[in-house]
Amino acid sequence: MRAFTYERAKDASAAARAVTANPAAKFIAGGTNLLDLMKIEVETPTHLVDVQDLGFDKIEATREGGLRIGALVTNTNLAAEERVRRDYGVLTRAIVAGASGQLRNKASTAGNLLQRTRCPYFYDTNMACNKRKPGSGCAAIGGYSRQLGVIGVSDSCIATFPGDMAVAMRVLDAVVETVDATGQRRSIPIADFHRLWGDKPEQDTVLKQGELITAVTLPKPLGGKHFYEKVRDRASYAYALVSVAAVIQPDGTGRVAFGGVAPRPWRVEAADALLPRGAAAVTARAFQGATPTKDNAFKLPLATRALASVLAEAKA
Amino acid sequence: MKFETPATTNPVDRMKVVGQARSRIDGPLKTTGTAPYAYEHHREIENVAYGYVVGAAIAKGRINAVDTASAKAAPGVVAVVTSGDVGKLGKGKYNTVKLLAGPDVDHYHQAVAVVVAETFEQARAAAALVRVDYVRTNGRFDLDAALKTAPLTDADKPGKGEDRVGKFETAFASAAVKLDAEYTTPDHSHAMMEPFASIAAWDGDALTVWTSNQMIDWGRTDLATTLNMPKEKVTFLSPYIGGGFGGKLFLRSDAVLAALGAKAAGRPVKVAMSRPFMANNTTHRPATRQRIRIGTTKDGTITAIAHQSGSGDQPNGSPEAAVLQTNLLYAGANRLTSMRLAVLDLPEGNAMRAPGEAPGLMALEVAMDEMAEKLGMDPIAFRVKNDTQVDPKDPKRRFSQRQLVRCLSEGAQRFGWSQRNATPAQVRDGRWLVGMGVASAFRNHMNMPSGARVRLGTDGVVTVETDMTDIGTGSYTIIAQTAAEMMGVPADSVIVKLGNSTFPVSAGSGGQFGAANSTAGVYAACVKLRDAVAQRLGYNSADAVFDSGRVTSGNRSAALRQAASAGELAAEDKVEFGDLDKTWQLSTFGAHFVEVGVNMYTGATRLRRMLAVCAAGRIINPTTARSQVIGAMTMGVGSALMEELAVDKRFGFFVNHDLASYEVPVHADIPHQEVIFLDEADDKANPMKAKGIGELGLCGVGAAVANAVYNATGVRIRDYPLTLDKHLDRLPAVA
Amino acid sequence: MPETSELELSRRGVLTAGAATAALVAAPVSAAPMAIAPSPPTPAMQVRFKVNGERRELSLDPRTTLLDALREHLHLTGTKKGCDHGQCGACTVMVDGVRINSCLSLAVMHEGDEITTIEGLGTPDKLHPMQAAFVKHDGYQCGYCTPGQICSAVAVLDEIKRGVPSHVQGDLTAKPTATNVEMRERMSGNICRCGAYSNIAEAMAEVAGAKA
Repeated sequence: MRAFTYERAKDASAAARAVTANPAAKFIAGGTNLLDLMKIEVETPTHLVDVQDLGFDKIEATREGGLRIGALVTNTNLAAEERVRRDYGVLTRAIVAGASGQLRNKASTAGNLLQRTRCPYFYDTNMACNKRKPGSGCAAIGGYSRQLGVIGVSDSCIATFPGDMAVAMRVLDAVVETVDATGQRRSIPIADFHRLWGDKPEQDTVLKQGELITAVTLPKPLGGKHFYEKVRDRASYAYALVSVAAVIQPDGTGRVAFGGVAPRPWRVEAADALLPRGAAAVTARAFQGATPTKDNAFKLPLATRALASVLAEAKA
Repeated sequence: MKFETPATTNPVDRMKVVGQARSRIDGPLKTTGTAPYAYEHHREIENVAYGYVVGAAIAKGRINAVDTASAKAAPGVVAVVTSGDVGKLGKGKYNTVKLLAGPDVDHYHQAVAVVVAETFEQARAAAALVRVDYVRTNGRFDLDAALKTAPLTDADKPGKGEDRVGKFETAFASAAVKLDAEYTTPDHSHAMMEPFASIAAWDGDALTVWTSNQMIDWGRTDLATTLNMPKEKVTFLSPYIGGGFGGKLFLRSDAVLAALGAKAAGRPVKVAMSRPFMANNTTHRPATRQRIRIGTTKDGTITAIAHQSGSGDQPNGSPEAAVLQTNLLYAGANRLTSMRLAVLDLPEGNAMRAPGEAPGLMALEVAMDEMAEKLGMDPIAFRVKNDTQVDPKDPKRRFSQRQLVRCLSEGAQRFGWSQRNATPAQVRDGRWLVGMGVASAFRNHMNMPSGARVRLGTDGVVTVETDMTDIGTGSYTIIAQTAAEMMGVPADSVIVKLGNSTFPVSAGSGGQFGAANSTAGVYAACVKLRDAVAQRLGYNSADAVFDSGRVTSGNRSAALRQAASAGELAAEDKVEFGDLDKTWQLSTFGAHFVEVGVNMYTGATRLRRMLAVCAAGRIINPTTARSQVIGAMTMGVGSALMEELAVDKRFGFFVNHDLASYEVPVHADIPHQEVIFLDEADDKANPMKAKGIGELGLCGVGAAVANAVYNATGVRIRDYPLTLDKHLDRLPAVA
Repeated sequence: MPETSELELSRRGVLTAGAATAALVAAPVSAAPMAIAPSPPTPAMQVRFKVNGERRELSLDPRTTLLDALREHLHLTGTKKGCDHGQCGACTVMVDGVRINSCLSLAVMHEGDEITTIEGLGTPDKLHPMQAAFVKHDGYQCGYCTPGQICSAVAVLDEIKRGVPSHVQGDLTAKPTATNVEMRERMSGNICRCGAYSNIAEAMAEVAGAKA
């Protein structure tokens, strides 16, 4: 871990200014992913701005009938919130399928959106990685890629976004709210928040340096049955091979997003429309143009079968 | 004490303390965090600097140059040590590969340097500043490719390649029913929870090392050899060890670099390996490629059995002896086992819990299941039919004890085996395809000399000192029980001191030889101490009875402590062995039963029930022995369902080198586990009449899981681990 | 393996991940000026918190994790470092009553916090009921993950009591109960390679039952 200076910010715009002014500065909230990566020098900030005192730790009703989730609400508190459990079950289910109790107690809502890929080559600084070191190449391509992406990836990077929470938020059409150093606020639909890698895999999201997430808002509840089917080798405390977040209405219509397959929570609205026709129809559309490797080609039939599981349960 | 003839009745047979379930005597320390592990000796040692290891960034090649200038200039740095700074180091007897690279690099993450600084944070940051210029050369990283030209080998008989009885090929060709199948097991990582760690402190030319090592004398000797110093100048201490599973049998780079770093820094240095560094820097269980052929008569009598295995290792390494159990487990007149060893430039392969048998039985016991199905026989009946009470190669040699059949039959009854549907893919519970599987467990018992010193203090307290280690196995407790039984005192009043090279050399912890041999060594020392006590009291030691804190001889009786009233009594002895293990085959047996559910949609397998029945000689403490077995069962689930060090054959390293990407079972994976011990006392093994248990618990578990998965799905997977991708396309259509 | 196929293999490696190979042989000595200059000494920072009820004030390198502050500065080595990356749970402590991985938290971020470690739960002479249950049910072997398991076990029963939901809950709006499956799921962030899980579940069941 490189040396850094540390400050504990007292207000959001000061925090945003501090990080905007210094390209080597980063916000730190829960720290569960950032410190992990700093220890192995995948992340090398020289200044940390601790945002824990900024007060973004509340969950409030919005005028539109939805919820506004403060950026610092912990995963545990978000999952446990009564309205979330009742009206946005897919979100609670996704959160509690991720990480461990200890990590969820510390990890923040904003941090969870910003967690970086778990590609093993990204984590090994001896290996080439365009995401870690732009232009160095991608050792994952042609390497061990069982966990890696099957769609939305590029010749530069085949990593996935590893989270669960954001997959549910994608189904819910959440909106990420930010503020920058000038006090400018921005609302970013979750669909646009995570980038596809293209030739710039070092940029995970559309956030600018110093742009601070203040909240995530959820539109009014969708009703329907909520599912988060996470498939992994061990029963808990593992990243998804494939996950399926879905909200299914009594008439068989609904929404579905997939995790563990792409640089971002993978949802194709045109595929949602095929839900009444069954899992195979949905995934055929959602994964059109997929480019799996030999190691991870199984993710395609797995996604279909996991969705079939959800649809069967929805009918039950 | 030389153990040359079968044990007769002795004080341990009273089983007042030995054989009784009791809590660990180190439990209050371990559960309160007050047992000090290798990195935690703040009380004993001050002014410690922190070392951080730099690992090789290439798998094979040469170090052209190392630039340590930036690291040395970094804040807090006290010293940077590379191979260029330390002269020619020796190589330990038990190390296949040198522990410090330079100029050659033998494998990925081989240690290249240690950076010593005032704080851990400074050492870690400075370690990243060491610049190494490598010249990469081609390495051999592909086991399948390398096996094509690999020679036959035999770990025990160099130069010999095959072990044959009768005429396998002829018998197999003419067998009525045949199986010829290939199985693979991947590289496994020990992944013990405590990272390799050492603190080294020099006092002149004498070195003290607090470390985490299963085999004190091996480690001490190899450290002395590596540093070219006399063994007598090295004190090696491992009072508590956070797991080893074979990974800590050997001296590793943490101890060497702590010692070299401390010398360079002129003060004590502590080094712990970072978790992402461990899998490639240290040893692992090598992957295997196995072929099994079984031929039987129509009624299921094995007439021909062959088990061949290939594995790889660094030059001068050894094979994963996956075929050895097949020489002894089942009858059959015509037999063949053989091993091939390929040279690979992957990290060093070496022993991991039940080396040989663990991967060997993962193949053999699936083959037995496949064969039973071909025969239309129940898999238990097929095994029972081919049981042997003698060494099939040398029928004059009988097993000292062999209760395999009872393990299988009692297990079957307890588990409800009769409920199993022999036709696969028939049982469903909601979305789960349910299946049951069984496998035999087999592991040889090994005799190892083991010494101990026992003291009777003037306060009447019995203290045992031996360099034996407790790696979670319960050594502290069973040694206390042994001394208590022998000296006739409560176990609570025995003090046990372990893991210290100033104590008599013991068997150490490995190969499931620790418990039986180390307690036998304590037994031997206690016999001597009893003699000394009797002599001091003026009793005839032959008829002296030690019980309830008293010594009784005829109509005379005295408190035990009275014998030491005039001064402490101490006795040291060791157990050594004759050739009873040649006259008799000393082995342990068991049967594993599991029930699994396979998610019919996703193909993911989850354990529902597990049972092990074990026959392993006298069980010294059923509580700790049971824990050994359930822990091994858990590791078996890992090897069956998830554990695999993924090899990058281009760059020659294990890619998933941390605990997030190398998955081992978590709580949610493991259901309630049941263990049954059959009554047994093996008088051919040692005076304790005990054998090992810690590895038996692992042997066969993977196959039992695999057989259960097959019973659930009707899809046979022969490549471990049985991850869902391997049968997904053959599961029932769902969409 | 014959030399030619090695070369082929290597060449394929270059082709499939060409830049990676280059990166591996990069960073030669001559390129040392490109290397990162060592950063200047980091000014120490003061942090005050309570550990097991006792006020502590430390002057720390900001890089110091809560885990290393406990182990290396306060010599409270009951909290273990198993992976230092949030992958094992051996470092579990409670901060303001909530369990976290102390390895993934900077000490300086805990100004004013109340930290409870294994040493704060009980002592060898006066075990916490969960510690006693672990001893009774042999819920450990090597002992290294044990303090983290025990801290987690205590916290898990509290989380169940507080109604924190889990992955294995059928009805999300219902109150969870301390069933075997619930406890195993919630304990899954604490790896025990010795495999004491089945016994830990029994220890927890006993404590949960006694409380109920």
